[in-house]
Amino acid sequence: MGGRDATMVLLDENGIRCDGRKVDETRRIMIRAGGLKNADGSAYIEFGDNKILVGVFGPRDVHPKHMSNTDTGILRVRYHMEPFSVGERKNPAPSRREIEISKVIKEALEPAVMLEKFPRTAVDVFIEVLQADGGTRCAALTAASVALADAGIPMRDMVAAVAAGKVADTVILDVNNEEDQAGQADMPIGYMPSLDKITLLQLDGVLTPEEYKKCVDVGVKGCKIVYELQKKALNDKYFGNGGD
Amino acid sequence: MASVSVLDELKKAQILELLEQGKRVDGRALDEARELTIETNAIPKANGSARVRLGDTEVICGVKIQPDRPFPDTGDRGIFMCTAELLPLSHPTVETGPPQPPVIELARVTDRGIRESHMIDVSKLVILKDKSVVGVFADNVVVDQDGNLFDACSYAATAALLVAKTPKWDWVDEKPTLVEGEETPLPIETIPVSVTMGKIGNHIVVDPNGDEWASMDARVTITSDSNGNICALQKGGSDGFTQDEINQCGEISVKVGAKIREKLKAAQSGSQ
Repeated sequence: MGGRDATMVLLDENGIRCDGRKVDETRRIMIRAGGLKNADGSAYIEFGDNKILVGVFGPRDVHPKHMSNTDTGILRVRYHMEPFSVGERKNPAPSRREIEISKVIKEALEPAVMLEKFPRTAVDVFIEVLQADGGTRCAALTAASVALADAGIPMRDMVAAVAAGKVADTVILDVNNEEDQAGQADMPIGYMPSLDKITLLQLDGVLTPEEYKKCVDVGVKGCKIVYELQKKALNDKYFGNGGD
Repeated sequence: MASVSVLDELKKAQILELLEQGKRVDGRALDEARELTIETNAIPKANGSARVRLGDTEVICGVKIQPDRPFPDTGDRGIFMCTAELLPLSHPTVETGPPQPPVIELARVTDRGIRESHMIDVSKLVILKDKSVVGVFADNVVVDQDGNLFDACSYAATAALLVAKTPKWDWVDEKPTLVEGEETPLPIETIPVSVTMGKIGNHIVVDPNGDEWASMDARVTITSDSNGNICALQKGGSDGFTQDEINQCGEISVKVGAKIREKLKAAQSGSQ
């Protein structure tokens, strides 16, 4: 939905955005590892006004059986938004958008998870968006990585994610809902910092080749900030006082 | 995802071995797309259509243009929508029934590339503000498969839109009424070109064919517009790209896209 005219000022003359942030600043991020009793691993994230809960089960038996693979384990991801998570009630049935996001998040996590260690099993990742405010797929991917680590599943790295974008001809970090609706471009990025691998990348909106490179660069730098908070969440649970 | 067949594994080893020597299974250069043939107006009952072959992948796109109600929040703009569907005759593995996630992704990525390029100026497709607008629907059907359905669908839809003629409607007696004999081309602003690249080992190949598609570790589809700007991207597959590779893919997509855009233009002028 790029290019919509908005009366709102997305970027003022001092380089301040509609929610008071600077161009290279993320929203407030709070990540908690664990929290769910029955899931093998879980995480909760607040990313600005996004609130997302992730539960992980497995490795466990695959049902239906024909989905299982004798060479490797499989990863299954369901990204789902609650009917009350957005302005107008959302039909609870999975939309085409949710099905696509489930697929891109699955493919973003696969390079991180050592599925080959668990042939004939499945790891299920359930993502529930309780409140959405732009950038849910990045926040969900970030939390899903923490939940997988919390489940004790062997991983090569965690995937950290945040979007870069363009408003008022300026490249920005962490696109919020208003900026996504009225801005010029939105580029969600998922990145494994220890392996220098981009595992989620999408773009809508027009960028010059220079802006394209800058967006990738700004996004990767943002992912490194998010990565530190993921590690802190796990540290707090397993080595700190705030654990459960 | 279906488990990889033994044959695909063997082919992958061969494909990788060739790539180490800088070669591809079908003899193409790494940044060379397959031959693209475009037949426009293949379906005269559609307002615009194209039958596109990219190597052995074949797609037919028909554009239907008709009056529609606008979306509640965009009463000052017409509607553009692009879909994609795999026909059961296109491959032995295709089953009828609701679309699976890969097909939903195909349709959404094809739609997004064209939509985000602002190829069609939908503000010029209003019959009466907030009441009635023109809807442009580009429906792709895949009739034969040999990899890279993303680009084939994108080229088919773009070619069909380029040659489409839209009827004219006026608001008469509280309803849109066809004005006979007035047909014009759609308000085209730019020509988007999607370029899909596969990553096999550490090699990037443009327009993967079926065997390469089954062998690749990851893929990225990048759409650029007539000004050489990048307007949509989708990464897929179970591996990642380095930042350098993503920058390189951006450059390749603009360069290869420019050549393909000339073919789309030629198809457009050939139909007039």
